[in-house]
Amino acid sequence: MEKQKLFYGRRERKITEFLFLVPTVLAFLLVIIVPFIIGIYYSFTDWDGVNAAKNVVGLANYRAIFTEPGFLHAFLTTVLFTLFNVIAVNVAAFLMALLVTSNVKGRNLYRAGFFVPNLIGGIVLGSIWQFIFSSILPAVGKALGWGWLSASLITNPKTVVGAMVTVNTWQYAGYIMMIYVASIQGISQQVMEAASVDGATYWTRVFKILMPLMANAFTISLFLTLTNSFKMYDVNLALTNGGPTTLFMGKPVQASELLALNIYNTAFKYSKMALGQAKAVIFFVVLVVVSLVQVSINKSKEVEM
Amino acid sequence: MSQNALDIVGQNKARQKRLSILAEIGCILLFILFMMPFFIVLLNSARTNAEIINSAVGMPENWANFKENIVAVWNNPTFNFLKALKDSVIITVLSLAIISVCSAMTAWVLVRNKTKWSTALFMMFVAAMVIPFQVVMFPLITWFKDLGDFLHLPLLRSHGGLVFAYLGFGESMTIFIFHGFVKNIPLEIEEAADIDGCSRAGTFFRIVFPLLQPVFVTVLVLNGLWIWNDYLLPLLLLGSNGEVRTIPLAVQGFIGSFVKQWNLIMVSTLLAMLPIIILYIFAQKYIVQGMVEGAVK
Repeated sequence: MEKQKLFYGRRERKITEFLFLVPTVLAFLLVIIVPFIIGIYYSFTDWDGVNAAKNVVGLANYRAIFTEPGFLHAFLTTVLFTLFNVIAVNVAAFLMALLVTSNVKGRNLYRAGFFVPNLIGGIVLGSIWQFIFSSILPAVGKALGWGWLSASLITNPKTVVGAMVTVNTWQYAGYIMMIYVASIQGISQQVMEAASVDGATYWTRVFKILMPLMANAFTISLFLTLTNSFKMYDVNLALTNGGPTTLFMGKPVQASELLALNIYNTAFKYSKMALGQAKAVIFFVVLVVVSLVQVSINKSKEVEM
Repeated sequence: MSQNALDIVGQNKARQKRLSILAEIGCILLFILFMMPFFIVLLNSARTNAEIINSAVGMPENWANFKENIVAVWNNPTFNFLKALKDSVIITVLSLAIISVCSAMTAWVLVRNKTKWSTALFMMFVAAMVIPFQVVMFPLITWFKDLGDFLHLPLLRSHGGLVFAYLGFGESMTIFIFHGFVKNIPLEIEEAADIDGCSRAGTFFRIVFPLLQPVFVTVLVLNGLWIWNDYLLPLLLLGSNGEVRTIPLAVQGFIGSFVKQWNLIMVSTLLAMLPIIILYIFAQKYIVQGMVEGAVK
C-alpha cells in the first residue's frame, strides 16, 4: 500500500514536471532554434526572399559582405556610434546620479523626470526628435544667428551620428542613472564623510572613493549601453531612416544607416534575403564576442572577491 | 591647532554650500532640457500646420485647435488609435501572463531537478540570450507561414502567433531571473506540502508561485516595456497594414501617410505616449525598481 502510493506519487511528479517544461521548450524550439538553423542555411544560398528559387552558393555572401561599401560603412558607423554613445550615456548618467543623490531639493522629481524618456518607444521618440531636428532647431539657429544650427543636423552626413547620440543619450541616460543611483545608495555614507573630514575635496572623494566602489555598476552599465547601442534600430529608423547619402569607397552609401537597419534594408528594400541573413550572422558573431568578454570580466571579478 | 581644524570645517561648509547651489541649478537646467521634447509635443499639438510652417518655434495661437487636432487624429481611420490601443493591450497582457507563468514553471522544475539534462537545458536558455533578433527574424516569417499552413493555425497576422513569438523571445531572460530566485526558496516548505498530500502542480501553484511575488515586478516591468514599445517583431509578424496593429505600428503608419503634417504627427505621438506615462505616474516606484533590478541580475 505504502509502496504503491509512493510509486504513483513519483509518476505524477514526473508527468507534471514534464508538462511544466513543454510550453517554454516548444516556444524555444519553434521561435529561436529552428529559425536560427534555417537562417544559417539561408546565408549560404542566393535566395532573394521573393521567388522560390534557392541555390546553395557556399560562402559567396560572406565574401560579398566584406567588399560591400554599404555594409562596411554601416559597420564602421555602428562602431563609431556605439563608442560615442557609450561614453555620452554613461558620463551623463553618472553626473546626473551625482546630482540627484546630493541633497538638492526635489531630487525625487528629477529622478522620476529623467527616467521618463526611457518609457517611450523608439518609433515615437524618433519621430518627435525628427521634428525637433528638422524644424525646431534650425528655427532656433536662425533666430540666434548660429550658422551650424541653421540647417538640419540630421541631413548633414557629418553631424547625423552626433544627432543620434544626442537622442539616445536623452532616452537612455535616465535609466543608467537609476543603476548608478542604486549603487551610490549602497555605499556607506560614513566612508564619504570620513574622507570629507580628512580634507578631501568633493571631486577627490568622487574619483578616489565613490568610483572605485561603484566598479560593478560601471561594468553592468557599460555592457548594457554597449549592446543596446550596437543593436539600435527603432530610433535609427524613425529619426533618419539611414539618410542622408554620402560617399564611401567611391560609392554612395547611407550616412546614418546602422547595422540593424542595413540588415533589414538589404533583405526587404533590396530583396537580397540571403545576403541580409549573412550580415545578420556576422552581427550575431560580434555580439557573441562582446558577451564572452563581459562574462570573462565578471568571472575575474568574482575571483577577486 | 583647534583654530586650524575649525577653519577647514568652515572652508568645507562654504565650499559645500557653493556646490549644492551649483547642483540645484544643474538639476533645474537638466530637467528643463529633458522635459523640452514633451513641451514641444504639447505646444505643437495645439497649433495648425500653417502656424508651424510659418514659424517652427512659437506658442499656439488658439488652444481650441488642440481639441480639434486630437479629434482629427482620434477619428483618423489610418491611425485608428482605439483599435491599436486595444490590440497593444491584448498582446502585452497575454504575453506577460504567459511568459511569467510558463517561465516560472520551467525555472522551478530546472532548479528542483539536479540532473545533467536540467543543467544542459538551463545553459541553452542562457546561451540563447546572446542571439540577436536580427539573425532569426527573416526565417521566422517564412517558417511561421509554413508552420501555420501545416497546423491550420493563423500564426501570421494574429494575436496568437505574436504572443507565442514573444514567449520564445522573452522566456530565456525570464527563466534566468526566476532561476536565481527559486534557488533561494528552502526545499523544506515544499517537502511539507508533499507530505501533506499536495500534488506536484499544487505544490507549485499554492506554495512556490506566491513566494515568487518579489521577482514578478522585475519580470513584468522588463518584459512589459519591451513588448509594449516593440516595433520590429509586430511589423514582421502582423504586417504594416494588417487587421491587428500595435501602437508603434499605428504611429509609424500614420507618420508615413501624413508627411510633414507635424501638428497631427505630434498629436499621434502624444496619444501613443499617454498610456505608459499614466501608468508610470501610478507605478513609478515599481517600474524603476523593476528596470534596475533587471539590469543588475
